[in-house]
Amino acid sequence: MGSTWAVDLANIGPVYPWVGAELIMVIVAIVAWILWHIVQIKEEENEYAEDIKKYGGKEGIKKALDEHPS
Amino acid sequence: MGNNLDALTTIFTEFYYWVTVVFMFLIHVGFCMYEVGVSRRRNHLHTLMKNTMLIPLVTITFYFFGWWLYWALPNGPFITGPLLFDAGAPNLPTSPTMAPNLQDHITGVFWAAFLLFSWTVASIVSGSLIERVKSGAFWIIAIMIGSVTWIIDAAWGWHPLGWMVKVLGYHDAYASGVIHAIGGGTALGVLIVLGPRLGRFTKDGRARVFVPHNPWLVTIGLFLIYTGFWGFYAACNVPIISPETIGGQITGGTWTATTIYLTPTTLGAITINFLMSLSGGLMVAYILSKGDPFWTYSGGLAGVITASAGNDLYHPIQAFFIGGLGIFIAYKLHYWVENKFKIDDAVGAVAVHGYCGFLGCVFAGFLLWGYPSSPYEGFATINPLGNTIGGVIMFFVLGFIPGWIAAKILDGLGLLRVPREVELMGLDFRTLHEEEEARQEVRDAEKAMV
Repeated sequence: MGSTWAVDLANIGPVYPWVGAELIMVIVAIVAWILWHIVQIKEEENEYAEDIKKYGGKEGIKKALDEHPS
Repeated sequence: MGNNLDALTTIFTEFYYWVTVVFMFLIHVGFCMYEVGVSRRRNHLHTLMKNTMLIPLVTITFYFFGWWLYWALPNGPFITGPLLFDAGAPNLPTSPTMAPNLQDHITGVFWAAFLLFSWTVASIVSGSLIERVKSGAFWIIAIMIGSVTWIIDAAWGWHPLGWMVKVLGYHDAYASGVIHAIGGGTALGVLIVLGPRLGRFTKDGRARVFVPHNPWLVTIGLFLIYTGFWGFYAACNVPIISPETIGGQITGGTWTATTIYLTPTTLGAITINFLMSLSGGLMVAYILSKGDPFWTYSGGLAGVITASAGNDLYHPIQAFFIGGLGIFIAYKLHYWVENKFKIDDAVGAVAVHGYCGFLGCVFAGFLLWGYPSSPYEGFATINPLGNTIGGVIMFFVLGFIPGWIAAKILDGLGLLRVPREVELMGLDFRTLHEEEEARQEVRDAEKAMV
């Protein structure tokens, strides 16, 4: 894409920046996607472990059930 | 776009699919409201976020590889031909047609219409698993069905050149099998491994009723799913095409709307049949459930799902009775499976989507027996055996088995189900606890000001 719209649109195809670098952009995005899952799963596991440690005793669970019964 | 008529046709088609995408967004809004309404108060936020976050995850993975699968796999591959690299290439994420491109108006909106189907199929599974599945596990399952298994079934049975259409004469115009049966089958496979919610069954095996905390949210959610379903039906069509462009056996020069198989239909036909099958489902479900709102609304949805495979061709009265018969069988089967196998499907998705979707394939095979499945020469005609085998492929081969295997692997890694203590405290425990602490802090500060 040039720096002007004074063109015949029949001759214009892709209009995004970095035409030709699609493969690199896709690889970066796939890496980001996989990392997101790794971080999310770790955080979810840690959160549950912390909650059980702090409140997961019999009394803690009964209290939670009383506070949020349904 | 060679001339103004071509341009008008292209822009109309582009706008048509765009509108369907906006309508279909309401399906997801409806699913979220429905699930949250069914869940208990201590699991609201987890339920909502579990369904919401499938949107970005299925979207990016459908962009990375899901869309390519649809174009590359119609032959199996190696059932009726090779992997279709040439057809797949413009639909790879590296292709310039998968981005803003003034020479291509259609790929983006067509991709988006299919993507919304992907969200729907993942969302079907979501509701069944609420209140005990880990979010991370569900999202992996959502990507599996939303960006892999359903789109493989679409390439096979929902593509004009799919091998199931060619060889089996498979006909599933509005996706009884390709969306709903696979969604229900996957949910069932996961549910067997996941197990019921704590307290769902008594020691002697009786099912306890977990009352939806907000029936209004449930019913409005289902109303919104109905609304989005209009967009879904329209999105399953090609809005306007000439016989010359189809290049099949249709003679003359009359332009038409077609199904995904490029067989002729009209928006009028599918609109009347949508409403008649909805009505059949609602009326039977109301009597069956003695007016229970949850089942009555679900029955309407089930009616449409059961008739969807043949709603391009059925007479409206046929659509009406098929809709009613679908929910009748699914309702009975739901409670039989629940009691026999202790399956806790929180929203009835296996019944409404899975059983009705499968039945829809079978019914279409009988009622449309002998109809052409395709405008092209050499394709098998629609028949009961082909459509039943198709239903089995959707529900069991591409639905139940991958769902069960994925759940087994995740369970083996300890990632599938939330710990017992957390399930009892509630999946929103931390958030609710922190909110209560924040409220208390404000209250204490205010009291100190007195």
